[in-house]
Amino acid sequence: MIGERWINLAVPLALLAVPLYALMADEPFTITLATRATILALAAVGLNIALGIGGLVSLGHAVFFGLGGYAMGILAFHAQNYSPLEIGPLTFAGTKSMPVIWLVAVIVSAMAALLIGALSLRTSGVYFIMITLAFGQMFYYFAISWSAYGGEDGLSIYVRNGFPGLNTLVPIQFFAVCFVVLCLALALNAMLRASPFGLALNAARQVPQRVETVGLNPMRLKLMAFVISGAITGLAGALFADLNRFVSPSMFSWQLSGELIILIVIGGVGRLMGPVVGACLFVALEHWLGGLTDFWHVWLGVVLLGIVLFARGGVVGLLTGKAGPHV
Amino acid sequence: MSLVLIAEQVLNGLQFGVMLFLMAAGLTLIFGVMGLINLAHGSLYMVGAFAAAAVAGATGSFLLALVAALAAAALAGAIVEMVVIRRLYAAPHLDQVLATFALILIFSEGTRWVFGSFPLYLDIPDWLSGPVTLPGGIAYPLYRLALIGVGLAVAAGLWWLTARTRLGIQIRAGENDREMVAALGVDISRLYTLVFALGAGLAGLAGALVGAIQSVQVGMGEPVLILAFVVIVIGGIGSIKGAFIGALLVGLTDTLGGIFLPELFKLFMEPGAATQTGSALASMAIYILMSLVLVWRPSGLFGARA
Repeated sequence: MIGERWINLAVPLALLAVPLYALMADEPFTITLATRATILALAAVGLNIALGIGGLVSLGHAVFFGLGGYAMGILAFHAQNYSPLEIGPLTFAGTKSMPVIWLVAVIVSAMAALLIGALSLRTSGVYFIMITLAFGQMFYYFAISWSAYGGEDGLSIYVRNGFPGLNTLVPIQFFAVCFVVLCLALALNAMLRASPFGLALNAARQVPQRVETVGLNPMRLKLMAFVISGAITGLAGALFADLNRFVSPSMFSWQLSGELIILIVIGGVGRLMGPVVGACLFVALEHWLGGLTDFWHVWLGVVLLGIVLFARGGVVGLLTGKAGPHV
Repeated sequence: MSLVLIAEQVLNGLQFGVMLFLMAAGLTLIFGVMGLINLAHGSLYMVGAFAAAAVAGATGSFLLALVAALAAAALAGAIVEMVVIRRLYAAPHLDQVLATFALILIFSEGTRWVFGSFPLYLDIPDWLSGPVTLPGGIAYPLYRLALIGVGLAVAAGLWWLTARTRLGIQIRAGENDREMVAALGVDISRLYTLVFALGAGLAGLAGALVGAIQSVQVGMGEPVLILAFVVIVIGGIGSIKGAFIGALLVGLTDTLGGIFLPELFKLFMEPGAATQTGSALASMAIYILMSLVLVWRPSGLFGARA
């Protein structure tokens, strides 16, 4: 059995090695696949804070992914059309700069998470699952009916946004940007886990009554976790939109929320590297099975059912041979 | 805006509401009795619609198609319960969500495999097509009126089943204390299979009935499933009465909101912007309704437990 510490080291190195190999072998498509896995991993790292540490089964995290995507789409849309963005009395110029877009994506999704979290956390268990799902649909239908930004057809951005000092149109450079962001998010996640906040949140998942008795507010802890979680997933959404140079309401779809949970569960719930392992396997499965058959989702379903019924700890759990934290 | 139009839209809302009730009733029963959140309920709706379309295509009989829809969905439900769902009753909600999500993937893609990606069509039979004139001179499609009738009949039947029969007593007792019911000699796993098949059959029936006014296609179940979730969150999980009232509220809000909100905004905005804002807001109306109910009553209108 392998210690989880080694996995935490080996997984990012492996993720880094794939595109470097692809660069030497001159396979740009593999780099794009690795970038896709990295961004999905980032989104799932965000969700894992709420799900893994906080025990909040959110089936609506696509909201934040989509908001991040639309933050990028709207800002870049106004920049490429040279039209000002008017919000009430305020007027902004669009931008093609990634750091600015990321900041907006994080702020917008954190605010949405605060609002959705404050409403949804009034409930728990199954209600929470259904309500987050319903809020996801609300944003999905709103995006479809919002014809100013493409409605159902979505928005195309012709040129990928820029990052100071880099040429993001080169696949390996864009991968590097995403990879560094993922590593930072993982570091933040590891710090959160060990911090007093993370410990209290962990306790609030297990025995909320006891946490309340020692004078902490479990609801506030969970809300904070939900906001941080939403903000990270929002950032991933902005990167994902930049990867595809396209935003559409499908970024808000509930299938995406479901897939984010799947990534975590394949990898291992509550594990630091669970989302990364899960995202890599998911993209690999999608690519490999998708090449074999048009109906690869059937097999994904079978694999998932097998994991849920027979391998509760996910891949990281299998490798370490230890049960992970239970949700 | 004439009274006739309003009456027509209210009827449309009712029709939508009772069909949602058929979905929500099964979901809320399954949650109430077994404590299971079943995302694959929408797949059973789809199974019913496809079975109906296939049988109607082969035999030409709409009634046979409805029977087939009920039977196919109930059978699929019973099999799924015995093979997969049974292992999930004691599992955490996360596992239930995932396993039933996996079932959706299998059902949807499996159906696409068998029937192809193109939508099928299920025709309204001759004896139910055409409009009828209601008192007040409102011409309304007979088929939609029949849907309202079927929905109300099912609601009454469910009430009778849970309140007046031996099975209903067992179901209600199972909601409260499953160990005690088992100790009294009720075969609890047979009861669970039965309840699951009943819920599945209702979903399948709804799929077939709605399939005749919309198209029968892969993925048709999920939007309805999510609306049914909204319904039972509003009504309170586990309560059939709550599901009924919630379904009517959601059906009416969604239908009337789509018609009247743009008109309302036209009173103080220019027409183009009013249509835009109104229809955007209308698409969110039921979720706003749900948030309001939650702020007021976190466990729904008739929910006993959170």
